[in-house]
Amino acid sequence: MKKLLWASAAIALTAGGAFAEDIKMGISLGFTGPLESMSPMMAQGAELAFKEVSDSGKLLDGTTITPVRGDSTCVDAAAATATVERLITSEGVKGIVGGMCSGEAIASLTNVAIPNGVVMISPSATSPALSTLDTKGLFFRTAPSDARQGEVMTDIILEHGLKSVAVTYTNNDYGKGLADSFAEAFKAKGGTVTVVAAHEDGKADYSAEVGALAAAGGEALVIAGYVDQGGSGILRGALDSGAFETFVFPDGMIGETLEKNFGPEVNGSFGQMPSSEGEGKDKFVAMAKEAGFDGTAVYSGEAYDAAALMLLAMQAAGSTDPQVYKDKVLEIANGPGEKILPGELAKGLDLLKAGTAIDYDGATSVNFVNGRENAGTFREIEITDGKIETVKYR
Amino acid sequence: MDLLNALVAILNYVVIPATAYGAQLALGALGVTLIYGILRFSNFAHGDTMAFGTAVTIIVTWGLQAAGVSLGPLPTALLALPFGIAITAALMLATDRVIYRYYRKVHAAPVILVMVSVGVMFLMNGITRLLIGVDEIRFDDGARFLITAREWRDWTGLAEPLTLRSTQAITVVVAAVVVWALFWFLAKTRTGKSMRAFSDNEDLALLSGINPNRVVAVTWIIAAALATTAGVLYGLDKSFKAFNYFQLLLPVFAAAIVGGLGNPLGAIAGGFIIAFSEVGVTYAWKKVAGYLGYNADGLLQLLSTEYKFAVSFVILIIVLLFKPTGLFRGKSF
Repeated sequence: MKKLLWASAAIALTAGGAFAEDIKMGISLGFTGPLESMSPMMAQGAELAFKEVSDSGKLLDGTTITPVRGDSTCVDAAAATATVERLITSEGVKGIVGGMCSGEAIASLTNVAIPNGVVMISPSATSPALSTLDTKGLFFRTAPSDARQGEVMTDIILEHGLKSVAVTYTNNDYGKGLADSFAEAFKAKGGTVTVVAAHEDGKADYSAEVGALAAAGGEALVIAGYVDQGGSGILRGALDSGAFETFVFPDGMIGETLEKNFGPEVNGSFGQMPSSEGEGKDKFVAMAKEAGFDGTAVYSGEAYDAAALMLLAMQAAGSTDPQVYKDKVLEIANGPGEKILPGELAKGLDLLKAGTAIDYDGATSVNFVNGRENAGTFREIEITDGKIETVKYR
Repeated sequence: MDLLNALVAILNYVVIPATAYGAQLALGALGVTLIYGILRFSNFAHGDTMAFGTAVTIIVTWGLQAAGVSLGPLPTALLALPFGIAITAALMLATDRVIYRYYRKVHAAPVILVMVSVGVMFLMNGITRLLIGVDEIRFDDGARFLITAREWRDWTGLAEPLTLRSTQAITVVVAAVVVWALFWFLAKTRTGKSMRAFSDNEDLALLSGINPNRVVAVTWIIAAALATTAGVLYGLDKSFKAFNYFQLLLPVFAAAIVGGLGNPLGAIAGGFIIAFSEVGVTYAWKKVAGYLGYNADGLLQLLSTEYKFAVSFVILIIVLLFKPTGLFRGKSF
């Protein structure tokens, strides 16, 4: 009997875990909190990939996926840790799309995911700190690091002919990381940063903060904050008091709220966010439209890619065990092999099953650097007639 | 010209915001000080009373807006304010009846009443959130500005902008009217006089035939009116968010204590002292100094803006160390 067990176990192993099962995949995003207006489209992006693979029936001979959502809150590291703990220990997920914001992502990653050996791919945590954290090969991100965004923002501002700017950031890992990397890049290219000042989210009144920024002066104000939080407060205060007229918006500030609450008041201001163009993005947007959500929303495509990467890696490794498939993620992301775009996951699964290498390109031209993060392309935007218009991709 | 620019910068970033904020704090502190003077305890639920009153006012405002009623350039919330005050006063009287009256009857020590008010605070916290939620709400309508930065620049040709929001002007005007009405009431009316008598010496007041229940009820109604007005003005000027009102409790209490608890005049002075120090200490004086001929490398900022709340505490500690009864000699029981 024992021999029989061993034998079947051995067969199972050589067959590469080719048993159809039903696995759960976690989605840990800030469904409440400062980025709550962005999360639904991101979760839908990830779920789109899960559904595509489930419906194809090709993952490990018919494994289906049930997505489980959890609220990471974006700002409360303890709540995010508890959420990921629940996803891993009680739901038993095989991988997690998340966390959403850098501080919370670092906390849940180091406290729960790494000790439990579960892969996390974040679609939106962009702090430079995540580039160097020791993550035992369990962490990836389909969003580029803010160090890169800082450089891109520098180029855009200099191209607008502005030489001196004031910077305010939301006082957390995301804001500080972005502000510091931008200030460094901007100074290196000959610009002047008059002040780098933090602001706290969730306050009623930002007149003191705006006063300090106005005193420091500058041709434009860079707001590395959140549009549903203090970022809007600073913007409102700066507009009301006439302290600044031109603003630079990084990714956290670009959203519907900006158009809705400020519109024409910020005409001529500009910014950038990680995004991409090309066939992959177009395909994803079309798929999203069919599924009933806006695929152009910030980080929605990144979430799709994060989900798809984990599933393709499972297929390549022949196992849903995170400890096994984590080593395949980079291979899938960076090729070489046939390019796989959104909507072609079934083809990718087929190719991998046949032992052919693929290069997952996805919605965001996935190409990992530093062994874990997307190099990324950025969408430069400008506010024209109260609307966010795309200028170009860089 | 430079001197003018410096003046305008100070006016725009320090004097105007601090005056509006000070008026809001003063109204809040008046409510605290009144309850302390007459009911003899520190009412920790005051911040959430402000939140509740504002929440009710916002809901009435929405109703009025839906019915197409408006005050033209003035915010509709001013029209809704009396309704907000009435409902808040009703809640305060109910709270007194159900909770505080018992502790008065058993002659509980002030510290017990303070703890009771903390309980009431949590209760009102919950009621407000159930009523209107936790999100930030802006309910100002009508004209937003009296003077905009651009108009000012075109008009004067100065480099420094000056803006005056209509809500800031309304705050100061309404606060002045309310304060005048309160002092008139306390000084001239029979009820006001009996309240002062009750505050000065409870036993003597009772002996001379003052009805304590009436004094208590009127105190609660006035406190509700002050809290709601302060809350609505603060919300109009900034925005409404239940949690922010809870945090407002700190500067409000600081203002009341600095001025001397139980002294209405002190509460007003305290409100402005706290507001001007908060804004002045965290303001970066670089630009102003530049106009006055001193070009600094740094920002000339005494404290970074993150420490705004700390300013109230520092003033509080200094006052309590050197003049424990407050600047205007309040009561210290």
